[in-house]
Amino acid sequence: MKNRIREAGSHVTRNELLVFERSSAGKVGAELAPLDVPAVSPTELLGEENVRAEIDGFPEISELEVIRHFTRLSTWNYGLDTGLYPLGSCTMKYNPRINEVVAALEGLATQHPYAPEDLAQGCLRVLYETARCLREITGMDAVSLQPAAGAQGELTGILMIRACLEARGNARKYVLIPDSAHGTNPASVTISGYTVRHIKSNERGCVDLADLDRAMDQDVAGLMLTNPNTLGIFESDVQRIAEIVHARGGLFYMDGANMNALAGVARPADFGVDVMHLNLHKTFSTPHGGGGPGSGPVAVKKILEPFLPSPVVEKSAEGKFHLNYDRPQSIGRVRAFCGNFGMAVRALAYILAKGPEGLRQTTEDAVLNANYVRSGLRGAYDLPYDQPCMHECVFSDRLQAAHGVHTGDIAKRLIDYGFHPYTTSFPLIVPGALMIEPTESASKEELDAFIDALLAIAEEVKEDPEFVLKAPHTTRVSRLDEVAAARKPVLRWKPQS
Amino acid sequence: MRYLPISPAERQAMLRAMGCASTDELFEQIPADLKLQGKLNFPGPLSELEILEFFRQVASESGRGYVSLLGAGAYSHYRPVAIDALLSRSEFFTAYTPYQAEVSQGTLQAMFEFQTLMAQLTGQEVSNASLYDGATATTESVLMALRVTRRHRVVLAQTLHPEYREVLRTFVRHQDLDIEEVPYEGSGRLDLARLESAVNSQTAAVVVQSPNFFGVLERIPEIAVLARRQGALLIVSVTEPLSLAAVQPPREADVVCGEAQSFGVPISFGGPHVGFLTTQEKFVRQMPGRLVGQTVDTEGRRGFVLTLATREQHIRREKATSNICTNQSLCALAATIYLCLLGKRGLRLLAEQNLAKAHYAAAALLGIPGFSTPFRGASFNEFVVRVPGDAEKLLGDLKREKIIGGLHLGRFYPELENHLLLCFTELAPRTTMDRMVGVCRQFAAGTAGAVSWPKG
Repeated sequence: MKNRIREAGSHVTRNELLVFERSSAGKVGAELAPLDVPAVSPTELLGEENVRAEIDGFPEISELEVIRHFTRLSTWNYGLDTGLYPLGSCTMKYNPRINEVVAALEGLATQHPYAPEDLAQGCLRVLYETARCLREITGMDAVSLQPAAGAQGELTGILMIRACLEARGNARKYVLIPDSAHGTNPASVTISGYTVRHIKSNERGCVDLADLDRAMDQDVAGLMLTNPNTLGIFESDVQRIAEIVHARGGLFYMDGANMNALAGVARPADFGVDVMHLNLHKTFSTPHGGGGPGSGPVAVKKILEPFLPSPVVEKSAEGKFHLNYDRPQSIGRVRAFCGNFGMAVRALAYILAKGPEGLRQTTEDAVLNANYVRSGLRGAYDLPYDQPCMHECVFSDRLQAAHGVHTGDIAKRLIDYGFHPYTTSFPLIVPGALMIEPTESASKEELDAFIDALLAIAEEVKEDPEFVLKAPHTTRVSRLDEVAAARKPVLRWKPQS
Repeated sequence: MRYLPISPAERQAMLRAMGCASTDELFEQIPADLKLQGKLNFPGPLSELEILEFFRQVASESGRGYVSLLGAGAYSHYRPVAIDALLSRSEFFTAYTPYQAEVSQGTLQAMFEFQTLMAQLTGQEVSNASLYDGATATTESVLMALRVTRRHRVVLAQTLHPEYREVLRTFVRHQDLDIEEVPYEGSGRLDLARLESAVNSQTAAVVVQSPNFFGVLERIPEIAVLARRQGALLIVSVTEPLSLAAVQPPREADVVCGEAQSFGVPISFGGPHVGFLTTQEKFVRQMPGRLVGQTVDTEGRRGFVLTLATREQHIRREKATSNICTNQSLCALAATIYLCLLGKRGLRLLAEQNLAKAHYAAAALLGIPGFSTPFRGASFNEFVVRVPGDAEKLLGDLKREKIIGGLHLGRFYPELENHLLLCFTELAPRTTMDRMVGVCRQFAAGTAGAVSWPKG
């Protein structure tokens, strides 16, 4: 296994080393304002045993080199500003720039969470208004913005279900999850002290009502459902599903990751949902940031309101906002302070930019785009559930597998055509899945180019499968050895001895 | 609608190409009685200018022009402008999680650098690529200790951030776990005698914070001995990691976790922040959260990938080490850039400046009759002051001078009524500290009313 980086072709940014490898003693990247109080000696103040020598290995580089280093690194990423980013289940939509500007305003970005409430009215107002808009969009009765991400929102929701059932005298033992669910669902269930019970999907890819009926009993706390499901198909039996769950004393949780198919068009509260989470970094345009931060607020019906994380933001009759900590039935805190406030600011800016009509049109475009891609690729790729989809469509690699090419390979070849890949190998109920969610942030030209690219790859698979198997061919690095990375993990830089 | 790139004519063309008469056909899956009839009730659509005006108005409703002496888990430090310049590179902030490594080497290499920097700073062997915040990092460390030791007791220091302890309790409520809290003693540090009697052979972990919630450095070597003697893991949570640039890192710990918001991440009313978790290599396969590993491509070129994913939710599902999906990548990137800009010497100098500021303020306050610093242990940039009178009144007097005078500890520790937790970073000007001292002097003398001080 060779250890050095190959010399670049023509592009100077190809050769960027690790920052530690550029370090040189004596360089500084930031200079501090002078001290306006007398300097102190750490050893005198803290005692010698408490004082550290230098930080071994920490870099010393100039501001210029920091700027060049990270700028070059950034050019190795494909972002959604670069082009279509059709990752199914991720909702890679445009991150409006005005959101970044307002999130950085003094008074919002600079406020301490323990500031006295009369000095934090602006921040509390943002939390209150965002919650109000999300209540309206979901139709639910109360919202908490405390959970830091979707997975934390799920956990919060299940903990609330548990608290509610415990208050009734019996927490029960199981939570039902369809086999098509996202991995965070069963993980969240387990942490809440429940056991997962899977329910099957029918031939339409939806919840098998007979199986649900069989599985739903007095030991089941509730059902976790994603709607539309991870196949991009709306669970049209959702009201019947809610009835079955409620009739036997259970509660209905909806994973709101796919709200981009519903916002402004339908409201989960009307489906019979008791609690749900939203992903502000999906439906509500806050940036993915290379893997976070996100925000996963929960929305609940009245019966679960007392169990919301504490504190809750309230508005007095005089129009003043405050945090109410007197919540005896609350499940407690799921995060320090008030959640990812900065993401609430961005989401609110997005919601206000759209307005009710804009939100509806956005959802319609998201669904239109997904169906346009679906109909463009149909025939060239296998469609296991051949029916109109909502905001995302799922193909399988069955036709290509006959030539030894799989969804992961097609994804890599798509990179050569200038697109970010779709989601590969998820949901698990479709072997060799290609999960495509264009979102509304795709022009018709881009969609046509995307469809053409995948059609071209389908031809390449037939004519020259080896070429597809070795893709990508045009990136700075070719396929990376993930097996070697896991076998002997190297998780940090160390100086050469 | 300015964010939508499809024209009405194109919508029609696309529908025609699909053989659909209208968009309504695409929503047939939704039963008619579930479709919204009326319009939702919230404001908008607003133009960009209107959005800006709305938020400017809202921001002005938060007090501005105050100097804050609040710490307590969220710290005011100067953020070099290069950070935002680089974060706004859209390839960084609009990208997704780097599952497709070949087109995500920017994020992956930056996260590898983050992992390296955090491990170097804490003196541990490995780090993950960040967690949601310090509270969840501490909770996840405990869950990790439960898995590693297969025991079911945890001992928590009462000097661990109160909200961190709350979050931990919420998450482990259904994990069959005994939690015992150990109090502090007169020096403001963890009571070692009480700790010794609390730790037993069923203890999975001892969790302490250093500098602790009162700003005092804990006696880590002694605590480590007590934990190790019973085979328990020592978890040290650090909410102000700038301290690690001057203070000896807790090398005896099995896990050093906490909050890296101090490193270039805006306070932003409490979030988003960035948790970190560093530990020994032997615990790698039990670590939660994303991990970036080094590897090579088919030509032998160095590259980076997400690795050891079999721990995570998308593979192990109900058997995953955690349900975590996102990390806090952009915030971790901010921290990485910050640490690179400050560098080895800059970070040390900054830590010394913080020590100097806090020392100056403490000495000045101690010179006021009636004011005392009850906790004598060594501290970094935070300390506790006992106020000779009603602390809320003093806070009100300070507010009139445009100073947010720290945290009233009675809020979290009933026995510490009329004690304030004050934090002095490089952003606390001497003139503000002098003004603060003046107000405190007046307060102690029993004088009411505002005092006119030269501004600035």
